[in-house]
Amino acid sequence: MTALKNSMQKFLYYPSAVFGSFVVLLLVLLAVYAMMKIPYREAIRLWRGGEEAWYQNPKFAAPAWINYFSSTKYAESFSVNTRDGSLPGEFTPGPEGTGALLASYAFDFKYDTYPQDMILYFTSRYAEKQPFISLEWLTPDGRTVRIANMAVGKEFTYRFAQDEKLKTRLKTDDSIASLFSDPETGSLIKGQYQLLITGTTFEPDSRVDAEFVFHGQVYGLAGTDHARRDLMLPLLWGAPVALAFGLIASLGSSVLTMIIAALGTWYSGWIDELIQRITEVNLVLPFLSILIMIGTFYSRSLWVILGATIALSIFTGAIKGFRSIFLQVKESMYIEAARAYGASGIRIVFFYLIPRMIPLLIPGLVSSVPAFVFLEASLAVLGLGDPVLPTWGKIIQDANMNGALYRGYYYWILEPTVLLMITGLGFAMLGFALDRIFNPKLRDA
Amino acid sequence: MAVITQPTTESLVSKQSTRYGSLLRILRYSITRLLTLFVTVIVGIYLTIVIANMGGYVDEIMRGEIRDRVTQAIINSAAGQAMDLEVRQQLIKDKIASEEKRMGLDVPIAVRNARYLANALTLNLGRAINMTSDSGSKQVRLILLERLPATLLLMGISQLFLFFSSILLALSLSRRYGNFWDKLVVALSPTSAVPPWFYGIFLILIFAALLKVLPFGGMVDSPPPSNPFDYSLSLLKHLILPTLSLVLSSFFLSIYNYRTFFLIYSSEDYVDMAKAKGLPSRDVERKYILRPTLPNIITNFALLIITLWTGATITETVFLWPGLGRALFQAIGLYDIPIIVGSTIIYAYLLAMTVFLLDFIYSLVDPRVKVGG
Repeated sequence: MTALKNSMQKFLYYPSAVFGSFVVLLLVLLAVYAMMKIPYREAIRLWRGGEEAWYQNPKFAAPAWINYFSSTKYAESFSVNTRDGSLPGEFTPGPEGTGALLASYAFDFKYDTYPQDMILYFTSRYAEKQPFISLEWLTPDGRTVRIANMAVGKEFTYRFAQDEKLKTRLKTDDSIASLFSDPETGSLIKGQYQLLITGTTFEPDSRVDAEFVFHGQVYGLAGTDHARRDLMLPLLWGAPVALAFGLIASLGSSVLTMIIAALGTWYSGWIDELIQRITEVNLVLPFLSILIMIGTFYSRSLWVILGATIALSIFTGAIKGFRSIFLQVKESMYIEAARAYGASGIRIVFFYLIPRMIPLLIPGLVSSVPAFVFLEASLAVLGLGDPVLPTWGKIIQDANMNGALYRGYYYWILEPTVLLMITGLGFAMLGFALDRIFNPKLRDA
Repeated sequence: MAVITQPTTESLVSKQSTRYGSLLRILRYSITRLLTLFVTVIVGIYLTIVIANMGGYVDEIMRGEIRDRVTQAIINSAAGQAMDLEVRQQLIKDKIASEEKRMGLDVPIAVRNARYLANALTLNLGRAINMTSDSGSKQVRLILLERLPATLLLMGISQLFLFFSSILLALSLSRRYGNFWDKLVVALSPTSAVPPWFYGIFLILIFAALLKVLPFGGMVDSPPPSNPFDYSLSLLKHLILPTLSLVLSSFFLSIYNYRTFFLIYSSEDYVDMAKAKGLPSRDVERKYILRPTLPNIITNFALLIITLWTGATITETVFLWPGLGRALFQAIGLYDIPIIVGSTIIYAYLLAMTVFLLDFIYSLVDPRVKVGG
């Protein structure tokens, strides 16, 4: 108990240890939060779901908070729906089974950039006669622009930017820019815009609902990628995946290494010899190439790669380090005492030799976590990331493949790299400090 | 360990016999060591071949590709279209068979693996399946040789700089440990947990994307300048970022390790003794601190030479550097087993050779070590 208290005091003496454990704690909390907030199935649906899960988001949108730091204010995204009332609309039944929908949405546009696109999604219910919709656009300077008149089917999508008729009517190639600017000067007008949707239905049971999706230039807390996916999801879910991979790999490989080294030294003879030979063969094998080969030829599942990583990391130089220390410990008096009272070999290995090594094991274990976390990211960057799971490495790879650095989508690459960097540094600092606490020989004066 | 002999007449005989004995001992040791290392290399290369073949999975890919290519070629040719259907089928079948025979796909996988192994061990690296060198050759040897200068240049500059600068800086830090610079290095050493390609991304972001002063990647401008001076200038410009990222990612840890190492040795009694004698600190460092640490420094240097050969796969990929590491990555993407196996063989041989030579070098620089003792 006093030893523990003593270690704690030493621990507090190292700022890097305190900082490192703080980072690790934060990461664990982030991981738990991510898993509670977005359950696994939901996360996979949002990551791999297809257009249906992402249609509300703009493409390549930076996070919304850059508006606080930038002098140009980028248009923010939103979406409103008549079904939940966020797009205020009223349906009034008319004569002879007809009905009229009047919905309007007014919003303040106070940005310096045009939005990427505006889209209306209609869903309607009818037997034979399709409902009819007309759209109007009210600008802050008092103009009313007729947008379109159309009959809408059961599922109908109207994209403002792709309507050729609208382009001809506005005499422009870019209807979105034209809708937000002064027709005389062509400059952007800030103020309150209003979208008017008037609809008519021709059957008693007929109904129509509209969803207005406004694709701005910025989105949410993390921004979006090339597939309109919200980056918040992989950023959040990357934490549990990275922690699981890093911790399991380092724990698995170092504990197994230690056990095998202990067994080898205790039983010596051919077992020891075999372990030594396997270690030498393993040193000849190119670690990364083999992992890349497994990824390309066999399976990209994170768990297969994890297994291969552990298997390849057992018989490394570390086994020789453990062996040399076990050889010393083997000659200690307490081992001899254990042998004298008749303890079995297995008992000595697991209850006498291995516990002795735990203080040496822990710093190495913590320090090797970043290597494994970055290994996962490295494989993902090479295009061998897990195809299902959202991870930090996958974001970097997507960003790299889409030329994020050339095209100026810096947020896309910075968010995952900063998180990875913090994770790596946190574990490394903690490991370094633990090393100096547990192995006082290395402690600097 | 060492045999102490008195300079008497009878000991002369024994001295001669010990010399003879030690020669024999060294010889016996060398042979057994060479044999075990050779077996290690064989096992390692065989495992690589087996993994690279993935139990015949790659063969299926190759067979499918041959079938597609041959069928397409015959169907699309005028002669093939004019042919009778049955004759054409037969022709396609024969062509596929001969093509498979050419690729060596007609023998069982175990035989093929053994054949690969025999070729590999004799450094007969064979022909690549899909990749070609820039001069159009399919010889694995030529493809690897063509990529070698790029890797040697990049890795050589960064690793040698890293090696010498960290030893020199570590020595000066160990001389006055505990001062500001020393503490800074200790504090910064965890930065080496981050791999080089990661720094690469940041450096590209800062110097290529934001400041636009250095190129994003590649080895020279395109088109390459014809004037040799401009060429080397452009090469230098492209070298800066990859070199910097390789150096940055191991710099502080490397200094820290050497410094700790020197500190442990400089607390030995004989160092205090030397200082007490009033030797100049340069002499103390050279003769009393560097000398006993020489075996470790040499080991590190030898391992460094090996890394020169293997290149840095991901850093080269991120910087589009046309070196061996990137060639390996491309080969894996194209299922080009001969290239994968070829680079493994060279790596394995080099490693085994280094391990073997190190035993002897140790005994040369450190009198406490005896070969085969």
